[in-house]
Order: sequence, then C-alpha cells, then structure tokens
Amino acid sequence: MADLMALFRHAARVAWKDLRIELRSREIVYTMVFFGALLVVIYSFAFPKDDRAIRGSVPGMLWVSLAFTGTIGLGRAFDRERENDTMRALLLAPVPRLEVFLGKALATTALVLAVAVVCTPLLAVFLNAPLFAYPGQLILIVVLGAIGIAVVGSVFAATLLKVRSRDVLLPVILYPLLVPLFVAGTSCTAALVAEIPNFDAAWYWIQFLGIYDAVFLVLSIWVFESLVIE
Amino acid sequence: MKKLAVPLFATLAAIGLAASVYVVFFVAPLEYSFNEAGKFNGSSLFLNQKIMYFHVGHAFWLILAVVVSGAGSLMFLRTRDPKWDDLASSSTDVAVVFGAVVLVTGSIWAKAAWDVWWQWEPRLTLSLLLWLVLVGYVLVRRFAGASGDRIASGMAIFGMISLPFLYKMVGQDSHPAAGGNGVVATLPPGERGPFWLTVASFLCWYIALVISRVQSTRAEREVRELRERGLDLGVLQ
Repeated sequence: MADLMALFRHAARVAWKDLRIELRSREIVYTMVFFGALLVVIYSFAFPKDDRAIRGSVPGMLWVSLAFTGTIGLGRAFDRERENDTMRALLLAPVPRLEVFLGKALATTALVLAVAVVCTPLLAVFLNAPLFAYPGQLILIVVLGAIGIAVVGSVFAATLLKVRSRDVLLPVILYPLLVPLFVAGTSCTAALVAEIPNFDAAWYWIQFLGIYDAVFLVLSIWVFESLVIE
Repeated sequence: MKKLAVPLFATLAAIGLAASVYVVFFVAPLEYSFNEAGKFNGSSLFLNQKIMYFHVGHAFWLILAVVVSGAGSLMFLRTRDPKWDDLASSSTDVAVVFGAVVLVTGSIWAKAAWDVWWQWEPRLTLSLLLWLVLVGYVLVRRFAGASGDRIASGMAIFGMISLPFLYKMVGQDSHPAAGGNGVVATLPPGERGPFWLTVASFLCWYIALVISRVQSTRAEREVRELRERGLDLGVLQ
C-alpha cells in the first residue's frame, strides 16, 4: 500500500515537473491550442455546413484535431528532455522507470485535454454542431481518448528521442496503433451527435476505449523499461 | 545444409508455381453458373475466379509471416539476442510484400465480383490496417537508425496486442466463403487440389524469401559490428 502511494507520488512529481515547465513557458499549450483552432477554421471551409453533413463530419473533425495536436505536443514534450539531455537524469532517478513513464503520460494527457477543452467548444460554435447535447458521455470518451493517445504516444516518443527523423516517425508508428482508439472515439461521438442519439452504441464504445486504455497501459508499463534505454 | 536451404526452397517454389499455373488454368474447373432459363448467370466469374488461388495462397502465409515477426519481436525484447530481430524484420519485409499481393489481388477480384475496387468490409479493413502496421514497422526499421530494431519490435508487440481490438472493432464478416466451414470446405472438389498446390508453393516461396533475407540481414549486421570494432581498435579510420 505504501508502495502504491509512493508510486503515485513519484509519478505525480514527474508530471508536475513537466507541467510546471509548461506553465512557465506555455510554449506547447499555446502552439498546440492555436494549431487546433486553426484546424477548426480550416474544417469550416473544407466541409459542407448544412446540419446533416455537420452531424456526420464533426466527430471526425474532433478526433483528427486531437490526433494531430497530440502528436505535435508529444514531440515537443520529449524534445525538451532531449535538448537539455535531461532524459538520462530522469531515467537515473532513484525510482522505478514505471513511475517516470506514468508521470510523462500524465503530463501528456493534461496537454491533450487542454487542446480538447479549446477545440470542442470551437467546433460547437463555428460549425453549430450539437456536441454538448450529452456532455457527460462526451467528456468521458474524450478523457479516455486523451489517456490512450498519451500512454501509447509517451512510449514511442521516449524511444524515438535520439532518432534523427523522430518527427516523421512518431505519427508513422502511432496512427496505425491508435486506429481502434480513433474509431471508438468517432463512433461514440457520432452516436451522441446523431439526430436520434444512440446511447447503447455510445456506451459500448466508451467501454471499448476503457478496455483499450487499460490493456495498453499495462503493456506500456511492461514494455517501457526494455524499450527506453539510453 | 544451411547453404542449400534457399536454393532448395526456391526451386521447390519455382516448380510448384509453374505447376500450379498450369493446373489452375487448365485443370481446375471454370466457375460459372446458369440461371433457370439456361443462360449464363450474371454473377459468373469465369477466369476472374482464378485469382482466388493466388490471393488465398498469399493470405495464408501472410498470417504466418505476421505471427513469426510478432513472436520474433517478443523474443528479441526478452533476450536481446539479435538473431530474433533478424528473423522478425525479415519476416515483416516478406509480410509487407505478401500483404500488398493480397490487397491488390483481392481488389481485382472485388472489381469483378462486387463491381467495386474496394469495400470497407471487415476483413478488408482488418488486412489494410494490419498492412499499415507492417509498413510502419519497415519504415521505422529502416529510418530510425541504431535503435530502430528496438522501436520496431516494440511496434510489432503493440500491433499484435491491438489486433483483437481491430477485430472487435470491424464487426461482422461478410467475406466470401469464410463461413463456419472455412475457405477450403466450401471449395468445389475440383478446385481443392490446385488450391493446396498453390498454397504449398507459396509456403516454399515464403520460406526461401525469409531464409535468404535473414542471411543477408545477419551479414549486414556482422559487417556493421566488425566495422565498429575496427573503429574502436583504431584499425579502421
């Protein structure tokens, strides 16, 4: 029990370190959020805007924004560790690697959620989409999605740290692996914004994504140590 | 024995392939059906059906290739023995090629049978997504530098674990002749012999490709290691 408490305390400390750097410079949050907002503006020009078309396409817009901004944020968050060569220090810290990993994933989840907090209302406003008709389920699926992106993303962003073409390779690795997450996210959102909302379907995809997150979290914890070696 | 493996399997594959082209086109029955008035049915596939032999022949060993590369990656991460990585990456290279063959032949068949090149039908979706993971693996393996082997095997393991999710995600299956009886049980008797002949020749082809690829990957790695040792010792510049 004490171990478990220590685990959370250490993970929270790593996460807080990342978030505090971010709060001081605000570099990643500002750029990610601005990029997300730009995406929304581009969508508004690129897609038809009648009500039925919007209901059909807005789930895709939301999740594509999260995917794009998530990869950008992940790349930058780990670039910071590389520029100052602090990844080694982090890995040398006298705590299990699992706690370092959890901390990084936690901080990344917060960043992705920051984008979602801005993008979702923007989509609802600019496109007049009924995204907030059922806020509870929507928040649940977006949080689960952010966790999934952050968990899988942190593993591979950390392994790609020293690789020259990491910016291109991160999405190459991530998107095929995250397809179930995006499908679950878009299907659930689509079920919620449909003219006749389908709560059974929405709940099915929420559970699906919950299991996906749990499985990949365990797998990431298990693999992180053997993948990330300096 | 080791030196003979590649020529042996390549020869077997060549003979098998030549024989199966003959058998498929001249021995196996043409697929056609009549309607009640005795006219050819619009759904008759005639020669188009022949592509099935090559499509399924590749699809079978695509699955084997994927299993081999998944297992190889797992063993590599556990043991750090580069021979497992050689096996996994070679098998994935072959899997990408086989997967491309499966997708293209399937697409040609679909144009004849369903009148569309592509349909977002569960098995097609699944094969495409699997193939994307494989291509990602090869790209990482090639462009991620010295740590590419580790990252790629991590990707293989994550890809393996995401398969059940993909499977659950794509839902019900409507692929031809893939019901409870399986592909083979639903084949007309005259097509079974040629079918198994093609499947066997493509297995030999797969084995020949993987072994030769493993040998060249290992040689590449050994040259690299020797060079690094030479640099360390100051013998090489």
